[in-house]
Amino acid sequence: MDFELIAEAFPKLIGAVDETLILAFSSVFIGFFFAIPIAIMRLSKSRALSSLAYGYVYIFRSTPLLVQIFLIYYGSGQFRSFFEQIGLWILLKEAWFCAIFALMLNTAAYTSEIIRGGIQSVPWVQLEAARAIGMSGFLMFRRIIFPVAVRQALPAYGNELMLMVKATSLASTITIIEITGMAKKIIAETYRPIEIFLIAGSIYLAINFLISRGLVVTENWLNPHLGKRRTGKRLANAK
Amino acid sequence: MNFSLLGWGNAGWGDEFLRGTAMTLAVATCAFLLSIVFGTIFAGAKLSRFRALQIVGDIYTTVLRGIPELLVIYLVFFGGGTLLRTIARSLFGFEGYVDLPVFATGVLCIGVSAGAYSTEVIRGAVLTIQKGEIEAARAVGMSTMLRFRRILVPQAARFALPGLGNVWQFALKDTALISIVSLVEIMRTAAIGAASTKEPFTFFITAFCIFLFLASISNRGFRMAETWAERGVRRE
Repeated sequence: MDFELIAEAFPKLIGAVDETLILAFSSVFIGFFFAIPIAIMRLSKSRALSSLAYGYVYIFRSTPLLVQIFLIYYGSGQFRSFFEQIGLWILLKEAWFCAIFALMLNTAAYTSEIIRGGIQSVPWVQLEAARAIGMSGFLMFRRIIFPVAVRQALPAYGNELMLMVKATSLASTITIIEITGMAKKIIAETYRPIEIFLIAGSIYLAINFLISRGLVVTENWLNPHLGKRRTGKRLANAK
Repeated sequence: MNFSLLGWGNAGWGDEFLRGTAMTLAVATCAFLLSIVFGTIFAGAKLSRFRALQIVGDIYTTVLRGIPELLVIYLVFFGGGTLLRTIARSLFGFEGYVDLPVFATGVLCIGVSAGAYSTEVIRGAVLTIQKGEIEAARAVGMSTMLRFRRILVPQAARFALPGLGNVWQFALKDTALISIVSLVEIMRTAAIGAASTKEPFTFFITAFCIFLFLASISNRGFRMAETWAERGVRRE
């Protein structure tokens, strides 16, 4: 263990946290809005729309994210003149754009399934009751479907958030220096993989730990009637 | 796009892709089996009565599910090489360059990562077995080993099958990461082809389609296996 190296590498790796977080949160944020129409299509009565959405989800869940990233970043180069003509090349030549775009498409596929599951978890009787007292479609969505679906989908969505933080590491393969990219760079310079791995790994664990804590807090805030989820047992024992 | 690039023989990359696919399947299969071994060991640790073993199991699953697989691969490939050379120098006095066996190391990396997910799957499956069954087995005088073999494993295997199907998909997709450290599987074949022909889209879309095909086939396989495993189960 080389503590001098750790002290030297730590600030560098902490400096790369920004990049990881920007990648994760911007793709999750855009991906969420992209996932909503997909989930709605998937739930629609039209067979064509529903299978189109299913096809999208299936394709993105069945292929490695690395292939998706390479396909967008390197693959677009083959049609450079075409993209230059329609003015998209300015975006596609940027590694940042391609990484966020690929991560966004990927997370949208998973998120749409989470949203669909949440919406489907709303019991039929509640919808019938809402209809019976004369709620309009939008009011029913706002007062009945949305609140129930959010509570149901939150744990799965939290999982997806943490998976996305991990997935951002793949952006290092297309020249973006985030935590993993920085770790690889320092390892290549110093040949001390174990120390660097310990720091970089702890940073990822810390980020994911904070997300999971934030999630528990949100869940408790959304479900005050269920009591505190994680601390509940201890309180019950104390009594 | 020039599809003749994907043909057979010296000019085409079809045979290279086939070899890459075989390599991907070999790595994924070995890693999947290894992950079940790890999963069984650590699920056993997590379910044991001893606090220390539970903590070891918890650390394993938390750390490996919280850290990107790519980072694990970098650690093992760079760290393992250094370790191997140190051992070769100090034990055998060998001064040359020792390279890591890429295949075995790749299998180890993916197996360890997927093992964290297998652990949770197997633990969940064991927990669904009713306590009464184990008690009944003990009551008729079965030994621990026999109980394990006749009662626990057959039922847990059935409960774990859908979850293990997910782990397989996960292992299959993760093999693409090994291409970063130059094991020639599908992804690496595509990258080499893309670099030497300047047609990256053609090659990466081929890799994309091969992965899609493999995932669909194995999806169907697992669904058939599930139907087979459920053949004796009464449906409500």
